[in-house]
Amino acid sequence: MGTETERATDGRTAATPAVSVRDLWFGYDGSPVLESVTVDLPAGSLVGVAGPNGAGKTTLLKALLGLLRVWRGRIELFGERPDAVRDRVAYAPQVQTVDWEFPATVGDVAMMGRYGRLGLLRRPGAGDRDAVASALRQVGLEALVGRQIGELSGGQQRRMLIARALAQQADLLLLDEPMVGLDATTQHDLLDLFEQLRDAGKTLLVATHDLSCVAACFDLALLLNKRLVAVGPPSEVLTPAILQEAYAEHLLLLPTEGGVFVGHHGHG
Amino acid sequence: MASGSALLAAGIWGWVADPLEFEFMQRALLAVALVGIVSAVVGAFVVVRGMAFIGDALAHASFAGVAGAFALGVSIYLGAIVAAVATALGIAFISQRARLRFDTAIGVLFVGAFALGIVIVSRQDNYTVDLFSFVFGNVLGVSWADLWLMAGLGAVVVALVAIFYKELLFVAYDPTVATAAGLPTRALEYGLLALVAVSTVVALQTVGIVLVIAMLVTPAATASLLVQRLHHVIFVAVGVALASAVVGLYVSYYAEVASGASIVLVATACFALALALAPRRGLLARWRTERALP
Repeated sequence: MGTETERATDGRTAATPAVSVRDLWFGYDGSPVLESVTVDLPAGSLVGVAGPNGAGKTTLLKALLGLLRVWRGRIELFGERPDAVRDRVAYAPQVQTVDWEFPATVGDVAMMGRYGRLGLLRRPGAGDRDAVASALRQVGLEALVGRQIGELSGGQQRRMLIARALAQQADLLLLDEPMVGLDATTQHDLLDLFEQLRDAGKTLLVATHDLSCVAACFDLALLLNKRLVAVGPPSEVLTPAILQEAYAEHLLLLPTEGGVFVGHHGHG
Repeated sequence: MASGSALLAAGIWGWVADPLEFEFMQRALLAVALVGIVSAVVGAFVVVRGMAFIGDALAHASFAGVAGAFALGVSIYLGAIVAAVATALGIAFISQRARLRFDTAIGVLFVGAFALGIVIVSRQDNYTVDLFSFVFGNVLGVSWADLWLMAGLGAVVVALVAIFYKELLFVAYDPTVATAAGLPTRALEYGLLALVAVSTVVALQTVGIVLVIAMLVTPAATASLLVQRLHHVIFVAVGVALASAVVGLYVSYYAEVASGASIVLVATACFALALALAPRRGLLARWRTERALP
């Protein structure tokens, strides 16, 4: 690795996976949440990360962000260590973890996407304002730049968090449960946005509970239940046998013509 | 008519200017203005972070430092600042490392430090009113030396907030994403607590331990009802704090009541007014919106 020339690195870029995880272990207070996860995800793909509650979806995203001190294993993003490519990786947290009463406008929050690049002691300049304007235009929030964040609808909230990630000009977007609590139309709009971003060359990892959404719109499905249960095209991964393994007793599976009906037992 | 209004103007001018003939009132006015500015700037972060309790805790904890410094015969400010900063860092350390809830860490540490202060005081045979002016505040006893020290500390606090505003904003709003973006989140958290500690000490002699929390929270809370961006909250809070400080000081002079409490009451009145009448978040505006629904 260390002896590679610049050219060799460049030549490798197209084939280098956006995410490469080897034997990743992590847990809280001694009990593992991620058990020996090994996976490669190609750049430019739209990946749905699914699994039951407590399966480690958010934990996996946080590990990729370099926020966790992992027990064991190796993470490479675009062929490099996570801290070396911090600017290229962005995270949109679950909406309920965000303080929507905070005194800030949509533009203020989107501008935060620039702060990592700016570094200490520097104020945002024209280039940063352009990046924010362009990010807001991409998610269709340009008219709401001065809106207080507490006045946004559910769909607009997700869009704003994604705009912050885009303002960072990241290539890998980690989105945590962006579809929860949205009505069908808004979900559909959001999925269109994901596809546009994927077509523009971004790699998206979307943690979600919504398997039918993954089946219909995503390039790859990653099924997680502490360990990696399966990864691949949704048509190959979302089969009754594999789902049964991932969800165990949490899932209700009904064979229907041409597929499987998937329902959740009880809540969420 | 003309002479009537001239007489009135002269009367008002006299009402404003008369107290300032006393040097202690000049010092008091400067002191309350300083405290208002510094507390409001830091208080904006205290309010948006939901850490109101901590200002109160640090003020109480600094009593240990005041009492200790008094017993040792060193500067009371030095004692207060050491105790407040040590408590602030202790709170951050315990809540991060022991994974206790923040308010639990605060509850344990501040009562401990306050009790230590009381123990030290009770060992002193000759404690004087001096010490108790820190509990209830005595702005009229502020010396020029105190004032210079307060101005120096306050300038450092305000300058640090201005320099690191962008980072403090990001960490206050979204610490997880700020960390992922490479910001030194932990250092900023400790730094903010240290700033709260220092501004608590700046306010200590003027309003007293019991009322410091009001200077931190009330102006910023009032401002956050009125405006919707953090830097606007800071500016409006400074305005509210300055107005409350000056009006409160005059009220205390003419009504002959305790100055700290009088300032706090004026600030509380500002808050009540904003709560009732704020354009969007006020009770009246909400009532009107609800009534306008079909």
